Amino acid sequence: MLEVEGLTVKAGDRIILEDISLTIAPGEVHVLLGPNGSGKSTLLRAIMGMGDQEIVSGKMVYNGEDITRLSVDERARLGVGIAVQHSPALPEVRLRDLAGLLAERYKTSWRSMAQALNCDHLLDRGLNENFSGGESKRAELLQLMIQNPRLLLVDEPESGVDLENIAVVGEALNSLLKGEKIKERAKAGLIITHTGHILNYVNADRGYVLINGRLVCEGNPRDLFEVINKRGFEGCLECATCKRI
Amino acid sequence: MRNLQTHLRQLRERAEKALTLPSPFGPDFDPALYLKEETGAAATGEDLSRRMQEAMLLSGFDPEERDRAGSFMQQNDAVLYEEVGRAYQGQVEIMAIEKALEKYDWLWDYWWQAVPVDADKYTAYAALYQKGGYFIRILPGAQVDRPIQSCLLQSENESSQRVHNIVIAEEGSRAEIISGCTTVPQVETGMHLGISEFYIKKGAFLSFTMVHNWAEQFHVRPRSGAILEEDATFINNYLLLKPVRSLQSNPRAVLRGKGARTRFNSIVYGQEDTVLDLGTVLELHAENTRGEAVSRAAADGRSRIMMRGKLVASSNTAQARLECKGILLSPGTEMAAIPELEVQGAPRADLTHEAAVGPISREAVEYLMARGLTEEEATSLLLQGFMKVGITGLPEILEKAVDEMTETISLGGL
Repeated sequence: MLEVEGLTVKAGDRIILEDISLTIAPGEVHVLLGPNGSGKSTLLRAIMGMGDQEIVSGKMVYNGEDITRLSVDERARLGVGIAVQHSPALPEVRLRDLAGLLAERYKTSWRSMAQALNCDHLLDRGLNENFSGGESKRAELLQLMIQNPRLLLVDEPESGVDLENIAVVGEALNSLLKGEKIKERAKAGLIITHTGHILNYVNADRGYVLINGRLVCEGNPRDLFEVINKRGFEGCLECATCKRI
Repeated sequence: MRNLQTHLRQLRERAEKALTLPSPFGPDFDPALYLKEETGAAATGEDLSRRMQEAMLLSGFDPEERDRAGSFMQQNDAVLYEEVGRAYQGQVEIMAIEKALEKYDWLWDYWWQAVPVDADKYTAYAALYQKGGYFIRILPGAQVDRPIQSCLLQSENESSQRVHNIVIAEEGSRAEIISGCTTVPQVETGMHLGISEFYIKKGAFLSFTMVHNWAEQFHVRPRSGAILEEDATFINNYLLLKPVRSLQSNPRAVLRGKGARTRFNSIVYGQEDTVLDLGTVLELHAENTRGEAVSRAAADGRSRIMMRGKLVASSNTAQARLECKGILLSPGTEMAAIPELEVQGAPRADLTHEAAVGPISREAVEYLMARGLTEEEATSLLLQGFMKVGITGLPEILEKAVDEMTETISLGGL
């Protein structure tokens, strides 16, 4: 579904990502691990086309189509969706208005989704304005459920969310990734996680470790987590459990 | 009024002395350039051209008077129409100001009380060359459940209107007025001087919405003042969505009675070479008075927008808030927000302000684009919300006008 080939990205004069290659097949969920500042969020934003970083070389192919130079909205309309780590506050836009607009665009109904995500009390407020971490995530998940992307990019879904909300977020992500209909089972995801809590809800197939802008190893995500928990990311560089890239 | 002639002579003398006094704000120009012989109506009320009707609609005036309690219309210097709907007879009075001054001797007691005649050369010209304007009075206790509308239309090029309006909401009354000031499309240049005085009596509620729809080379100097008695409420909405050469206004509301409340909302869109200098002055001089002044501005093209606001409180239990927010839509624009707070011997008065000027957030646009909205759709959604957020009580027709305006705006290269 997604092939990233030799992607090098810079911001200003600084190379942020170097020669990144990965392939996510339909139905697969991959996780991306790495220390702060390693470039994980930049990779997700580069796939979505967000931000002002520059693609130096390489390409991104989604469902056979080169999306490297497409705009954010073009990628979204092809079926790529993103849940960002920190959603910006948009006091100008009521969640109700945005949900209605998206539901019209994607030809779906949204009220039951809002109810399931416990978003009803947020509908008439400016989006993310004074929302708690959990409320922000749930409001974003509502948008994504309406959008129903086939490739879902998720940046630290546990960030700023209490344990109770992690369950709601995790289950919603799982449902988004699984899809409700048989034809939607071929969805895919790429998730950044620091804590690994999300792995209790989402069945991840593969994990990558990104350090200093380079993918250094890949393997079973739970194995990777175990090594990182025991020995830190540096230990990850030395271990023989996973495949060194 | 006793000694009316003396009073009028004094007003005239004060105006004459102010004839060369520039306004402290906004670009200066010579009003004398736009003084012409008296200009009358080009058409009668029943024979309004399609273009005139369109211009009126754009300024919130419905020529068919659907859902209106009464109407006043003036074209150039000529009053065309002054009618109160049958159901509202005995509740509302609407007439040309000259007629009202003839009918009611007491009206002279209000004349130039809320706006100083010698504030600047524009008030002076309006006083010395005044032609028309409306008198609207909502009678004591009247609950007028449909809007009253007025339209001041200019259809002559290089001409001017110098009108003086007085609105009195008598004790315990309630009404809404939509007042449109507009030109017809063939008019390119001219001047509009509009004096508006509002007197909101004890326990009365008045909502006044002014819609301006001018021509690109027009100079506009509205001068408004409101005096609020005990428990009076005055909502003032101002909307400008079309280009104009220069427009400067700094309306002032004085809350004299305890428990009086006011809210001023303004939504302006600066386009092309428009120069706007808009402010609000709220003076809270009585116990438990409340004031809010909220303005939203979007600057496009090469427009320059100055947003001012001043809160003055002399009561310890007064509370007021000022909010000026502006968005820059193109690199050639200029915008400034100048909030001012003044407390006079009332250390527990609560005055606050919030001002922000900047571009539409790129991050916000991108966030919405990631949901599949195009850049134009995302910008329009943000701008639409920005222009209306915090603005309450806007009549539906004007909400629609703001929505339509924001749909046409793009980022203009930012």
